[in-house]
Amino acid sequence: MTWNAACSWLRAGLMALVSVLWIAPLVWMVATSFKPQDEVTTGEFRLLPDEPSRMAQFGYENYYAGREHFVGADGIERAGYEGVLTSDNVHFILYLRNTLIVALLGVSGMVISSAIAAYGFSRVQWPGRNTVFMCVLATTMIPFPAIMIPSYFLFKSFGWIGTLAPLWVPALFGNAFNIFLLRQFFMQIPNELSEAARIDGLSHWGIFWRIILPLSRPALVVVALFHTMFVWNDFLGPLIYLNHQETFTLALGLQFYQAQHGGTPWNLLMAACTLVALPLLVLFVLSQRTFIEGIASTGIKG
Amino acid sequence: MNGSRRTSSVVGNGVATGLLWISPWVVGFAVFMLVPIVMAAYFSLCEFDGLRRPVYIGFDNFRTMLSDPTFWKVLKNTTIYAAFSLPLGAVLAILFAIALNAPIPGRTLWRALIFVPTLVPMVATAMIWMWVFNADYGLLNAVLSWPCSLFGCRPPSWLQDAHWTMPAMIILSLWPIGHPVVIYLAGLQDVPTVLYEAARIDGANAWQRLWNVTLPLISPTIFYNIVMGIIFVWQVFAIPQIMLRGGGPQQNVYFFSMYLYDVAFTFQRFGYACTLSWVQLLIILSFTAFAFQLSRRVVHYQGGTP
Repeated sequence: MTWNAACSWLRAGLMALVSVLWIAPLVWMVATSFKPQDEVTTGEFRLLPDEPSRMAQFGYENYYAGREHFVGADGIERAGYEGVLTSDNVHFILYLRNTLIVALLGVSGMVISSAIAAYGFSRVQWPGRNTVFMCVLATTMIPFPAIMIPSYFLFKSFGWIGTLAPLWVPALFGNAFNIFLLRQFFMQIPNELSEAARIDGLSHWGIFWRIILPLSRPALVVVALFHTMFVWNDFLGPLIYLNHQETFTLALGLQFYQAQHGGTPWNLLMAACTLVALPLLVLFVLSQRTFIEGIASTGIKG
Repeated sequence: MNGSRRTSSVVGNGVATGLLWISPWVVGFAVFMLVPIVMAAYFSLCEFDGLRRPVYIGFDNFRTMLSDPTFWKVLKNTTIYAAFSLPLGAVLAILFAIALNAPIPGRTLWRALIFVPTLVPMVATAMIWMWVFNADYGLLNAVLSWPCSLFGCRPPSWLQDAHWTMPAMIILSLWPIGHPVVIYLAGLQDVPTVLYEAARIDGANAWQRLWNVTLPLISPTIFYNIVMGIIFVWQVFAIPQIMLRGGGPQQNVYFFSMYLYDVAFTFQRFGYACTLSWVQLLIILSFTAFAFQLSRRVVHYQGGTP
């Protein structure tokens, strides 16, 4: 074995260790969600439950059906508990529906209007364009907490508090970061294409709709993914604008669930966390390449 | 850029057309950002409980702020948090990116595994780590108990011990490092390999190649990540709010946005909260401006400044 090969295996070993370290909390989360309640807090470090063959049953109980009263490993009888999806006062399916509504409306608006603005900043020539674009970029520095209080009263005057509207309507107008991303992409499309289209009699709108958008699909998907991530993640917005649980999103619902349980039944809480995180993980697996390339492209200066 | 040639050949240009295209964004910005910021500026000069009309009180809120011990506490906490998590995150992300950029076996898998935590929603992250940090049954102390028993000490009660809440938050801030790592990886791939060969021929060792070739060439990426980091670190809210509402023991992880939220929506002092929000905005702006100033000297752009 050459020195170089040994070196690269050593590095691989180190990276493997680090990766395991990084993924361990998630493995721990899933493992906990497949344990019965009395085995979660035994103080012994175990990944699998005492009876690994019953994992499917424990999982079914934690995630779905719950459990009648039972006798613990220590012989003490304990009260049963409700499964995450069938608990009486927390409705994850409803929260999923609300999150999907916010994501769907927000994503479609965000993609279209960011693309329109990005077209204006890349394919239309006008004096002052770059100056205005710098101002657009500068708005990414405005933190949400700086505007949340007046926004609350603004939305209150619209009658939007307690509805999902504050979470998706602002997305219909695009956002600076996504405009930046799409502008980068649009600028790489050869100008000859739009000129040819122009000669064929297409207007700006025609060029945008028939040439630029179809050619920019990967970038549009990236914006859609980013906004979906944002919606799934957003906690402060729902916390402020939503006031009854029929309108909760998953992030807020998860916190509500934890608050209801006082934070002790870790098997249930981890099952709930797994459920909330799962859709994004699946989405990532399905769109891994686009996702990674999209994030990579944010750092490159145009 | 050959802008002049483009201008002559594309018709339908001009300020009106340009503004028409960006008008959706302009409207959104005006309604959902500009109006709130101006409103916040006005509220910050008012006594406002959210029910009665705001009453103008001049700069009283600013005076209140300067003599508010909690304000200084959250300012200090957030500064400490930023001062550790930003540099640590940057160094670690660059190290990971360099390691993952080399042709090592299983590279794609390690990249994916490091990236996955960034996909976990923050509320779930907070709960997972409450469980990981759990003093008696948590994963971290299960792992630490072995080296700790060697040295005859006890693993810390992370979230109950005032000394350990801040380190816990800083450790946690490193978990979603996959995001900057991906950006650094892209930056590293832009470094021409010729430069490394040239450096090697000139007899530069690995450290010198890192210091004199890699870092200067990825400095724009570093700069981008630092600016984004400054903006986000000052807004940290969801994770500490869920893990240690009110900042935990001795309020050591009571951060700026958490206090801002409490002043507004727990204590209903919306005027004072707007004062705090303006201060937060100014802090972020000045740190970013400082970073931009610094970048003029340190950041190296290939092919001149942008």
